[in-house]
Amino acid sequence: MGPILAIDPLLDGKLLWTPLLIVLLKVLVVFVVGLVATMLMVWFERKVIAGMQNRVGPNKAGPFGLLQTLADGTKLFLKEDLIPDRADRFVFKLAPYLAFVPAFLAFAIIPLGGDYRNGNGGMVEIFGHQTRVQLADPPVGVLFALAISAIAVYGIMLAGWASGSKYPLLGSVRASAQMVSYEAALGLSIACVLLVAGTMSTSGIVNLQGSIGNWNVVTTGFVPFFIFVIAATAELNRPPFDLVEAEQELVGGFNTEYASIRFALFYLAEFMNTITMSALIVTLFFGGPQPVSIGSTTLDIPLIPNALEGTVWLLLKVLVFLYVYVWFRATLPRFRYDQLMDLGWKLLIPASLGWFMLLAAQRVGEDEGWDRVVVTTVTALVLIGGYALMQLAMKVSRDNRDRDGASF
Amino acid sequence: MSIAENDTDAVENDETVAVDTVEPGPRERTTSALTGEGRQELSSRAGMGAKELLREVGAVLRMSESEAAALADIEADPDEDQTMIINMGPQHPSTHGVLRLMLELQGETVLRCKPIIGYLHTGMEKTGEQLTYMQGGTNVTRMDYLSPLNNELAFSMAVEKLLGIDGDIPERAVWMRMLLSELNRISSHLLFLATNGMDIGAVSMMLYGWREREEVLRFFQKVTGLRMNHNFIRPGGLAADLPAGWRDDVLDILEMLPGRLEEYEILMNGQPIWRERLQGVGVITAREALALGTSGPILRSTGVAWDLRRDMPYLRYDQVEFDVVIGAHGDAYDRFAIRLNEIRESMHIVRQVLDRMPKGDFRVQNKKVTPPPRARIDESMEALIHHFKIFTEGFKVPEGEVYVGIESPRGEIGCYIVSDGSSNPYRMHMRAPSFVNIQAMPHMMRGGMVADAVAIISSVDPVLGEVDR
Repeated sequence: MGPILAIDPLLDGKLLWTPLLIVLLKVLVVFVVGLVATMLMVWFERKVIAGMQNRVGPNKAGPFGLLQTLADGTKLFLKEDLIPDRADRFVFKLAPYLAFVPAFLAFAIIPLGGDYRNGNGGMVEIFGHQTRVQLADPPVGVLFALAISAIAVYGIMLAGWASGSKYPLLGSVRASAQMVSYEAALGLSIACVLLVAGTMSTSGIVNLQGSIGNWNVVTTGFVPFFIFVIAATAELNRPPFDLVEAEQELVGGFNTEYASIRFALFYLAEFMNTITMSALIVTLFFGGPQPVSIGSTTLDIPLIPNALEGTVWLLLKVLVFLYVYVWFRATLPRFRYDQLMDLGWKLLIPASLGWFMLLAAQRVGEDEGWDRVVVTTVTALVLIGGYALMQLAMKVSRDNRDRDGASF
Repeated sequence: MSIAENDTDAVENDETVAVDTVEPGPRERTTSALTGEGRQELSSRAGMGAKELLREVGAVLRMSESEAAALADIEADPDEDQTMIINMGPQHPSTHGVLRLMLELQGETVLRCKPIIGYLHTGMEKTGEQLTYMQGGTNVTRMDYLSPLNNELAFSMAVEKLLGIDGDIPERAVWMRMLLSELNRISSHLLFLATNGMDIGAVSMMLYGWREREEVLRFFQKVTGLRMNHNFIRPGGLAADLPAGWRDDVLDILEMLPGRLEEYEILMNGQPIWRERLQGVGVITAREALALGTSGPILRSTGVAWDLRRDMPYLRYDQVEFDVVIGAHGDAYDRFAIRLNEIRESMHIVRQVLDRMPKGDFRVQNKKVTPPPRARIDESMEALIHHFKIFTEGFKVPEGEVYVGIESPRGEIGCYIVSDGSSNPYRMHMRAPSFVNIQAMPHMMRGGMVADAVAIISSVDPVLGEVDR
């Protein structure tokens, strides 16, 4: 029962005080780390974007403006809690939590550190017990992350719907369409990783990526990684896919009618999701908390004990992606709704599906001992045939639409 | 009460009441009681008769009823309950001030659009009748607050024409006016690039555009004392001569800009998302643009090379070399590209102005029109009297009427003045390009998406201060 329910292995068997304490400590640490990381991420984003835009950014609250988020949060707490007249009061109140809670839940399955030297496999010793630096390590870890990120859609969708106002409604319609479309591409690119790794547990996936050559970004052939990053950006509603908020069009979209702490919850959830997604990218494709090693030489951070080094590596890797997300925001214009759908359905989903088939064929070929080159060529040919068929189908349907006389 | 409820009322009424009844039906009474804004609302497309439709889309373009019906025929028969009337503005981040649009949406598609203006109306034209010709500049400069110097220029040129001194303006004053006018065009177009970037979602562009505009405004501040609303170009010339070191300041701007413009090209049209968002959006044909009276970049984007600087030259534009930038598709991308390249053309003109700036006086030495120099007031009684008269009752302008049109960054800005021989205009009217250009918006938006609507407003680049006056 233990593994399926993702109960910490420490709690298996006889219940002792120390393991219970360790697990409670982990819960606390994950929650606090999540909150603090979100706070710092808001600061980081504002500061980096300010730099890119020739501004100073927050610099008054605390050193370098580090406490700006705290100040903003306190202010939001003290604001009037406004519920529009036409809102569905219960759903309106529920929605922020539906967005906020999943953001934290997904963080539970991310390996946050550990000792990966000398075949330790990420186990560290706390109070004489061997354990992972990870709140939960269910065998279906990746599926759990997918499921949780799908639940987050409901928060945004219901928020827009329950506001009883037109702009939020448009935002929530966009949210549901966008997230459903990109979930598919996201899932398919994860499937590529699972195919190569052969396990769905996040710690298992991390364990397999010992050196740069073994990183899944290399073993899956880069394409799933790029698809995952694009789909994840869309899933996070971050620019250039922030149609759900689209300040210039929908005046904030789903959260237009939200004020006070309910708005803060959405805001926090968005940034928390960004961190979680970056951590997931690192876990799936870049070896998570594993130290960077090329071949047999492993880079070592001096002065930091091995047990903590994993956390430092994870932080560094995640920071790269957080920076990339901020960079996106500062640079890219927003997609239009139909272009977003085109990109998702006509490019990302077919591409990820095709790549998945290619990897699967190679896998089967390996098992059966077929020639690698032949397998790849045949699969590629099949994929090209499939692509041509798809183009044909699209052309036919376009012609049909033209004939029916719809002009857009 | 909600708009949605009004809509159902309107639809029911349209079925029972003839469309072109003169007396207000219950519909008018309900709405005016609710909003106090009378007809400023939009009813569902399904409830509209052919005549109303013709009035909305076809009348301006001189279309037959069937042509108008074909133009409006986006969906064969949009189901009434599938459309949504949405109100965009006057408080909306992308309506460039206080423009209000009523949009009828089907999903995300804009079926119809009705711009509603007047939220910034302060009666500036009426105010103009109370102010003397001397004070008029302070009034008109606040209309198109993004190109104040062009407003002042149009007003001053009109007054000068009435006074009959338009041929006496010293050469230096004329070239200074050209310098300021072109620099103002640059600053206005830079602001367009900034807001266009922001409206499409490239928020950084907003700050880059402002950054460069600020350099130009800093120069204006040095010359005129103010960043905006200068009242620097006045009837008879300018308020003051250029300050020491002005040439270096202009050269600094000219040196800084080309590199920045190239950066914009990388950031904006260098990237596929940007092009996808603007190309083919808000298309308007040359025929439509002409029928709707548009001017400036909107008309030029359709391929009509109409630029008053070349076609009806004023100042010394016939003596400088520059290209009129035109587009081919009439879409938002063309309008963006035209403005971007007009900055380059303006820089070209400014360079020529720098080379040819003559020496001389900066205003006409007509004691009835221009105030005497400060030093003269202390020594001459006549000077003191002139000074006093000009700044109290102003100067008298001969009876007559005049229209002067010049090319502002937004199109043809014209000043029409009727004088009854007194020291303030009997009637003053500005032909505001933004006001006319807004007319084209519903035609550009038809069939686009909500995001396109924002891109279109941005590409029309209206200044609401000028629209409402």
